[in-house]
Amino acid sequence: MKKELTAHDKERYGRQMLVDGWSEDGQLKLKNAEVFISGVGGLGSPVSIYLAVAGVGKINVCDFDVPELSNLNRQILHHDARIGINKALSAKETLKILNPSIEIKEFPCKIEADNVHSLVGNSRIIIDCMDNFATRLILNECAIAKKIPLVYASVWGLSGYLSFINVPRTPCLSCIFPEAPPREAKFPVVGATPGVIGCLEALEVIKYLTGVGRNLENELLVWDGASVDFKKLPIRANKDCPVCGALRDKKA
Amino acid sequence: MSVKVRIPAPLQKLTSNKSEVEVEAATIKELVESLEKVYPGIKGRICDESGKIRRFINFYVNDEDVRFLKGDDTVLKDADQVSIIPAIAGGAGENRK
Repeated sequence: MKKELTAHDKERYGRQMLVDGWSEDGQLKLKNAEVFISGVGGLGSPVSIYLAVAGVGKINVCDFDVPELSNLNRQILHHDARIGINKALSAKETLKILNPSIEIKEFPCKIEADNVHSLVGNSRIIIDCMDNFATRLILNECAIAKKIPLVYASVWGLSGYLSFINVPRTPCLSCIFPEAPPREAKFPVVGATPGVIGCLEALEVIKYLTGVGRNLENELLVWDGASVDFKKLPIRANKDCPVCGALRDKKA
Repeated sequence: MSVKVRIPAPLQKLTSNKSEVEVEAATIKELVESLEKVYPGIKGRICDESGKIRRFINFYVNDEDVRFLKGDDTVLKDADQVSIIPAIAGGAGENRK
């Protein structure tokens, strides 16, 4: 059943409804939207916080991990008292405080090829906030199969990447990086880095759901915080991609 | 040809923390060799044992991915800007085993 805007909503979200092209219609789209956030750590924290306070109606958060002390320099959904409880559960507790009027569903489990479709369920978009490529590739395939977009991001030190993947309009993640990088046990990162990139991810989702602005399709944003450089590089679909190549026009 | 190369953060330990270096090279293959001469160890991070560029590392010449040009045989011109774009994995926790 389609939810309508209440007087409370109109006051709560009034300032963003002033954005060009947003209005009550855009807010209604957010209120009736369901999204899937994979991972609620460094990236998932700003992503889920900003989607929650923007009034996205149903937010699914998935993470099997538990917060540790060494996570707290960047995973701002969690705090000292949450150490040891599941991250998805901790995320839900925080998000409920930030916006009690939306629905948060927690999935305290690991994303695998055989459960990803049911976890993502009816979500209209997948937001990649993972720390490893193996799971990203599972999400990539799921997004293609469900014909929904995937917002891809990753960070390292003071730098990060972002792209809006929406096959067949764009390359898939495997087209961009055909192979996963080796796993790093501990990579450097300061909270502001996933803060920057996570906020950009949240904005991609909001733009997609409201129809305001334009998504980062067919480009990879390469952000270098050390030199304050935002660079967009064109990315192309690989017609022979083992994941999405079958969907591509071979003659083009 | 003298070309500028943007070094990604994960490889800057090998380039004395420099984010941009200048080398002489006529192709991408030569560029990797030139980098290795000045910054020993960098080739091993970029290429596999057979000398091929690892598949999780992309090279851009100006704004074009060399996979859509001539790969590591892509010819370089003076003042070309080469960017090395490796896949990076980070995002969530570092706890996952």
